[in-house]
Amino acid sequence: MILRRASAVLAFALALVAPLAPAAAAERIVSSVSTHRVLINSNFTGMDIVLFGTIEPDDGAPPRSGSYDLVATVTGPKESVVTRIKERRLGIWVNTSSREFIEVPSYLAVLSTRPFDQFVSPETRRRLQLGLRSTLLTQRIGPDFADTVRDDPFRMAFLRLKQERKFYVEDTGGVTLLTPTLFRATIPLPAEVPVGDYNIDLRLFVDGAAVARSSSAFQVAKVGFEQFVASSAQHHGVLYGLATVSLALMTGWIASIMFRRD
Amino acid sequence: MEIYLPIADLPVNVFLIFGMGLTVGFVSGMFGIGGGFLMTPLLIFIGISPAVAVATVASHIAASSFSGVLSYWRRRALDFSLAGLLLIGGLIGTFGGVSLFTLLRRVGQLDITIGLSYVIMLCSVGGLMCWESISSILRARSGQRAELRRPGSHTWIHGLPFKMRFKKSRIYVSIIPVLGIGLIIGFIGAIMGIGGGFLLVPMLIYFLRVPTSVVIGTSMVLTLTTMAIATLLHAATNHLVDAVLAMILMVGGVIGAQFGAQAGQKMPADRLRLLLGAMVVAVGVRFALDLVLPPTDQFSIRTMETSK
Repeated sequence: MILRRASAVLAFALALVAPLAPAAAAERIVSSVSTHRVLINSNFTGMDIVLFGTIEPDDGAPPRSGSYDLVATVTGPKESVVTRIKERRLGIWVNTSSREFIEVPSYLAVLSTRPFDQFVSPETRRRLQLGLRSTLLTQRIGPDFADTVRDDPFRMAFLRLKQERKFYVEDTGGVTLLTPTLFRATIPLPAEVPVGDYNIDLRLFVDGAAVARSSSAFQVAKVGFEQFVASSAQHHGVLYGLATVSLALMTGWIASIMFRRD
Repeated sequence: MEIYLPIADLPVNVFLIFGMGLTVGFVSGMFGIGGGFLMTPLLIFIGISPAVAVATVASHIAASSFSGVLSYWRRRALDFSLAGLLLIGGLIGTFGGVSLFTLLRRVGQLDITIGLSYVIMLCSVGGLMCWESISSILRARSGQRAELRRPGSHTWIHGLPFKMRFKKSRIYVSIIPVLGIGLIIGFIGAIMGIGGGFLLVPMLIYFLRVPTSVVIGTSMVLTLTTMAIATLLHAATNHLVDAVLAMILMVGGVIGAQFGAQAGQKMPADRLRLLLGAMVVAVGVRFALDLVLPPTDQFSIRTMETSK
């Protein structure tokens, strides 16, 4: 009886491990970023982060015939954004309708070795959300939350405006293979980069198939004086307000003494 | 020299911001107004979010009006009892304005209301000021004496009950129009995000016949108080006051205000009013063009405040 139960547990454990076994036989990506903590101080005007790494072929496996392709997707903290459209009503331009984008990345960079259509099928592209066009963007449509068709005017306007402000980046040449297995990519962070945790999702493709995946992360944080001001404003609003008002009164008072003429 | 603003979350050029503070300070010192109606659109123009701009400008105006209040106080050119009564009306008006603000935001028509009220308010007030000062200049040219203060002339305002004597202003009027003016200024200020000095000064002169010598100092007391309260409220509720931005603006503002005040004293009063009127109209026309001309981009995006 005890023996039978033990063998059942063993079979269950084997069943769990079994699907992982083939993955272990494929390539592995080893990567790192130039900095794990981007510090925003008073002279921060944007920054480039370098992502680099190697592709380690599986031991003993025959070398692949095709070349490697990589896609790095960098995702910033989530935010909700409202996109509005202006139309002419009674001679003046007013916001007539809007669409809410719920919990979408505040920052999104998609970097790849080549244009997507040269190494993946449109089906894979959609399934793995490769590129800005294929990224899932949840929107509030009436009572529902869903993504729209790719050509929806609000969706296209949202992506265009995010790209104009450098918050969304798509660079289909952004990942460079220095040697067949050594790669390097530059992640451009704009000056207004949102504070928070960033995730980098790296996928390796061979002959149109995703064969390996790795992820790493970095953080964007305010430090020093900037951090002090931002956190006081957030957590001690009343005190911060009183301090700002006294600062204003002090400045006014000093000025009236300095420029006193009577 | 770029500096990163901790609340606005973007780097700005220190000298540009300082220059803006200096310029608006000059204007505010010259005319005895807060200058919020100039500063807020300027900050939005350089990319600072409207919410942060409105909240931060309040503290900048508090600084420049305090320096003004002090110098007028030394010259005994302000009327505290008049300012106090205006303030009572102003606080009630602010409360009403904030309620309407919340209602309009819920209905989704806030932006257009702000835009239209800027256009109507600035164009009509500015236009009236221009017209009045031009006719006064013309009267002076043709040899007639400019009549700024006609002690004998009484309007319906002087027939109202609950009269009170304001010694400094040398007027004897009912408290009803005083409270009413305060109420209107508070109401408009809360909706448009301005101190309302450019509205208050002409109202005090034309409706209450407050002498020009006390009117600016008195108006500044009201501006200082409402803007200090506004800063506190914005900091406590929305956490949107950028102290670094405010500091640069303040220093520029108070220096500019001193030179502006000197320039203002050298200029004849009617010219000064014409200049201010023209400037108010110009800002109003600028807002009108925004509403009438096709926008460069029909679409716009804005991060929703709740996700912060």
